[in-house]
Amino acid sequence: MSGPAFRYARAGDVAEALVQGARPGAAYLAGGTDLLQLWKSGAATPEQVVDISRLPLGEVRFVGGLLSIGALARLSDVAAHPGVARDHPLIAEAILASASGQVRNMATIGGNLLQRTRCPYFRDPDLACNKRTPGSGCGALDGESRQAALFGASAACVATHPSDLAVALAALDAEVEVLGAAGARRVGLTDLFRLPGEAPQHDTILAPGELITAAHVRGGARFAGRSTYLKVRDRASFEFAVLSVAAALRLEAGVIVEARLATGGVAPLPWRLSRAEAALVGRAPSAEGFAEAGALAVEGARPLAGNGFKIELLRRAVVRALQTVGGQA
Amino acid sequence: MSDDGRIALSLILNGAPRNVAVAPCDTLLDLIRDQLCLTGTKKGCDMGACGACTVLVQGRRIKSCLALAASYDGALITTIEGIGTLEDLHPLQAAFIRHDALQCGYCTPGQILSGIALLDETPATLADIREGMSGNLCRCGAQPNIVAAIAELAGL
Repeated sequence: MSGPAFRYARAGDVAEALVQGARPGAAYLAGGTDLLQLWKSGAATPEQVVDISRLPLGEVRFVGGLLSIGALARLSDVAAHPGVARDHPLIAEAILASASGQVRNMATIGGNLLQRTRCPYFRDPDLACNKRTPGSGCGALDGESRQAALFGASAACVATHPSDLAVALAALDAEVEVLGAAGARRVGLTDLFRLPGEAPQHDTILAPGELITAAHVRGGARFAGRSTYLKVRDRASFEFAVLSVAAALRLEAGVIVEARLATGGVAPLPWRLSRAEAALVGRAPSAEGFAEAGALAVEGARPLAGNGFKIELLRRAVVRALQTVGGQA
Repeated sequence: MSDDGRIALSLILNGAPRNVAVAPCDTLLDLIRDQLCLTGTKKGCDMGACGACTVLVQGRRIKSCLALAASYDGALITTIEGIGTLEDLHPLQAAFIRHDALQCGYCTPGQILSGIALLDETPATLADIREGMSGNLCRCGAQPNIVAAIAELAGL
């Protein structure tokens, strides 16, 4: 056995899942690619694993300008779906930059959004981590901080969110559908996540047992011709981002009428670069405009001892991503 | 679930029906190696990074060390033992030999299964093959020959 024993239950339907998932010590299992890692390293010790992998929440539909991705759809299937590959290439690019072929066949959309931070202090139960063990301290603050956040961190936690898909969805103003005991509701993607503040143990606004059932993107296809997902990492493949940028532009008569910029690996959630976006609108794509956007993107960044290099890296990554989309279509 | 807490599973393993009982926290890798004694599939890192545990489920490559066995009731599973025979090698196995695509052989079962699945995805370029095989590590350095073997079968 690779960790402490747990019980296993298979949810027969969504209603059953909500009941089982709300019990203390329960953990949902979809693809299992993050849960099993967390369990084997001792960062998570579920008492019961609730298998939701066979619930009918895996459909991908693109109809009437609305892309709906079921939370249990596998990453590889989503990236290959024509409504994604052809009409929302930013999402496909972000997914294909994630993990490896094997993991993409197992991992689900919901699991990808809810995956826990890769911060080494979180993942190692012997190290101080307020997110994993509230009150134990934050080892990264004055320890290994290369992977730490530039934005949105607190004195209690400097961890970042590792999902590539989340960055692409944030750039496209995605919403997630959440199901709880009181029914279904929609939440803006970035509103799903919490800043660490003084309670970093809660990554999201989900109550115990609540399920993400789908992600929705409305009108995202208008960026299909000019979008890019730039992932900067130490290895060329099969590694999490040091940082990433999702960029999309819409031009009319040579002028930028809409700009989307989101960055990953630098915050506890995908970080929209709203001021950089605003500075681009109403201008033709230009080196000056891109440089201004890059400078605005890093305003307010608060580095630690080990991650200051990410500020210049982010500035350049924003410029590079804009150069790429500026030259497309 | 039975009284002793073990979970009954019906699998099709390398074409043959198998009924097994697993503990809730057994991975597919544990089941394949420890219970079914099919040791061609390797436990390299046990955390989803090295790919030595790669098997096919419904023809799709997965990492069996991250797969909870209980979740795979009814699955169609192919391990390296189900690929070719000594007398009748799978074309990719023959290509691995022709291209000297292994040294110690530890990563090789995972490479073969991963490569078979990748070929089904019709990689268009050598870069696609290298990227597509990034989930399988090789510590002996046989990657260029592994890519060459797959590329030969891909017609690249």
